[in-house]
Amino acid sequence: MRRLVPLLLAGFALMAAGCEKKSQPSPTDTPPATAQGQGGDVPGTPPPPPAPSGTLLLGVATALTGGQATFGISTRNGIELAIKEANAAGGVKGQKLAMKVYDNQGKPEESAQAVSRLITQDKVLVILGDVASSNSLAMAEKAQPAGVPMISPSSTNPAVTEKGDYIFRVCFIDPFQGFVMAKFARDALKAANVAVLQDNKSAYSIGLTEVFVRKFTEMGGKITATESFSQGDTDYRAQLTAIKKTQPDAIYVPGYYSEVGIIARQARELGLKVPLLGGDGWDSEKLFELGGTAIQGSYFSNHYSPDNQEPRVQKFVADYKAAYGGVPDALAALGYDAANVAIDALKRAPDTSGPAVRDAIAQTKNFPGIAGTITLDDKRNAVKSAVVLKVGDGKAEFVTTVNP
Amino acid sequence: MAQLLQHLINGLAAGTIYALVALGYTMVYGVLKLINFAHGDVMMVGVYMGYGTAYALGRQAQKSVLGVVLIFLVAMAGCALLGFLIERFAYRPLREKPRLTSLITAIGISFALSYGFQLDIGFLPGAAPRAFPEIIQPTEWLIIGDRDVVVWNWQIMSLLIAVGLMVGLQYLVFKTRFGRAMRAVSYDHRVAALMGIPTDRVIAVTFMIGSGLAAGAGLLYAIKDTSVNPLMGLFVGLKAFVAAVIGGIGHVPGAVVGALMLGLVEEFVVGYVASTWRDAVAFGILIIVLLVRPGGLFGRVAAEKV
Repeated sequence: MRRLVPLLLAGFALMAAGCEKKSQPSPTDTPPATAQGQGGDVPGTPPPPPAPSGTLLLGVATALTGGQATFGISTRNGIELAIKEANAAGGVKGQKLAMKVYDNQGKPEESAQAVSRLITQDKVLVILGDVASSNSLAMAEKAQPAGVPMISPSSTNPAVTEKGDYIFRVCFIDPFQGFVMAKFARDALKAANVAVLQDNKSAYSIGLTEVFVRKFTEMGGKITATESFSQGDTDYRAQLTAIKKTQPDAIYVPGYYSEVGIIARQARELGLKVPLLGGDGWDSEKLFELGGTAIQGSYFSNHYSPDNQEPRVQKFVADYKAAYGGVPDALAALGYDAANVAIDALKRAPDTSGPAVRDAIAQTKNFPGIAGTITLDDKRNAVKSAVVLKVGDGKAEFVTTVNP
Repeated sequence: MAQLLQHLINGLAAGTIYALVALGYTMVYGVLKLINFAHGDVMMVGVYMGYGTAYALGRQAQKSVLGVVLIFLVAMAGCALLGFLIERFAYRPLREKPRLTSLITAIGISFALSYGFQLDIGFLPGAAPRAFPEIIQPTEWLIIGDRDVVVWNWQIMSLLIAVGLMVGLQYLVFKTRFGRAMRAVSYDHRVAALMGIPTDRVIAVTFMIGSGLAAGAGLLYAIKDTSVNPLMGLFVGLKAFVAAVIGGIGHVPGAVVGALMLGLVEEFVVGYVASTWRDAVAFGILIIVLLVRPGGLFGRVAAEKV
């Protein structure tokens, strides 16, 4: 009997912890109390997911912990903002929107599991996510056979939408980004010799490298060295020492900000003074903190610039600042765009079954997004222009726009 | 040639940090025969303590000699306390249980710390990596040619600190009363207790020294790689563990030699082959060492009494 008391106590503690966890997610998670009949119950295959108590549920799987956490949190914020605005404007088909967010920890296996839960347990209408292409690929594997439309806000690897006709994205794809940087390095920077330092654990980095190398050599440039690292490394001195020997004019580092910031510092430390070049994976306020003065004067291609003076962009930047503090990065803008494309499609779709929503998303044309105007092509990719930004003191400065 | 020399310096610098972490592992193992898998995460907590102290001191004070000393003291004392608490509440209640039980608890604590520190509530830091303040202004102390080979002040400092600590630990273990008590407890803690040695206190102090060392090592690591994140302990801890096993776990100079070896091998593999090979080669060496000398390079194989 004496053993029973602590056991019971432990049990209560566990239950309390469980309850706490449930009440923790942000307000949009909990469906509003307006319980009405289930709308849009049209027979079809697969049977349309019953929306719980009159809400249209959007599923989100993205990184809230781990090395990609700032990407995921920005994306989540963008989506949340879009849903709040849509609800304030009266919702969709007379119903409120809500979202269910799972943390994928920045790992493909967690992403796949999150999507399975979103589909079978939460019965979401549309899946939004993820940022990293490796994760989106794992998610698409689950979403496609289940017939649930998925929109990736910012995965740029071409293979993502090749997973099937239910998979979309609202950003441009890697070949374009690699091309943009190759063109910029050759034309604007007049670089002849460039070394490459790629993350060989990430589909994103490998994809960008491949296109950059091909385009840059086609334009008459020379690749002096190709070195690699693995996501999560913190010591890059060996690779940088090897690169230094080849005396490049610039180094292409298509990685994520968390690694790039450290790479920049160690490159400067070893006496490499040439600019680093990169892609949208650099886009985070953390880059300036991690890279310090070492990263200043480097360039990266991106989806949007918060300096864009278009009214809808400025309104978004102001709203985002008011809600979350800080200037929204491209991930926040693309999360917002992805959610809005989904909401717009839900409005236009005759019902909320998977195939109907899929067709509605596929017909998206000239949709005014924050990161450019979105028209989905027949491969379900958005065709848009890119910007090149220069890293300055604590912010990224707009340099130029490159069109497809 | 210059490249080779630079790789050599980089490798030694990386190995030095592994050595400092490995010392804590080896010491705790030497006394308790417990592989404290939470050691790396204690290190991570120490780094965050140092980070917090540096922040509290402000930009100017954190770079002064006094500031740096204070940062190290706070982190090391804080971690010693953390080590004490972990030993008191997680390991001591399990001391008479099969060894596997403590091992599992250690892994549990490791994950609790590394994932707990990713929560974004209150004073906890959140998951995103942060830049560690430049508390030691990096200065080049030795330059050969046109910056062909560069040696930094912190690299030499780390090496000196590691060697100093190693010598200090050897002295502590073999020349002091407390060291004799440690060795007695390590040999047989029940008999040691019968002889009047306060076993619990000896073990607690061993843990505190090990955890304090971890914090010091973590700070040097953060200064070297300029960033901190909650998962850093898992990575460094594993490497330090490998280094300790290569050297012969429980053997203090062995841990240092194993760590320097590991650092150099990793550096050369990444520099001349590819970074993908690094872990494979590191663990390959571990396997070969264990096959040829099961007790590690310096260790002795003691037959288990049945």
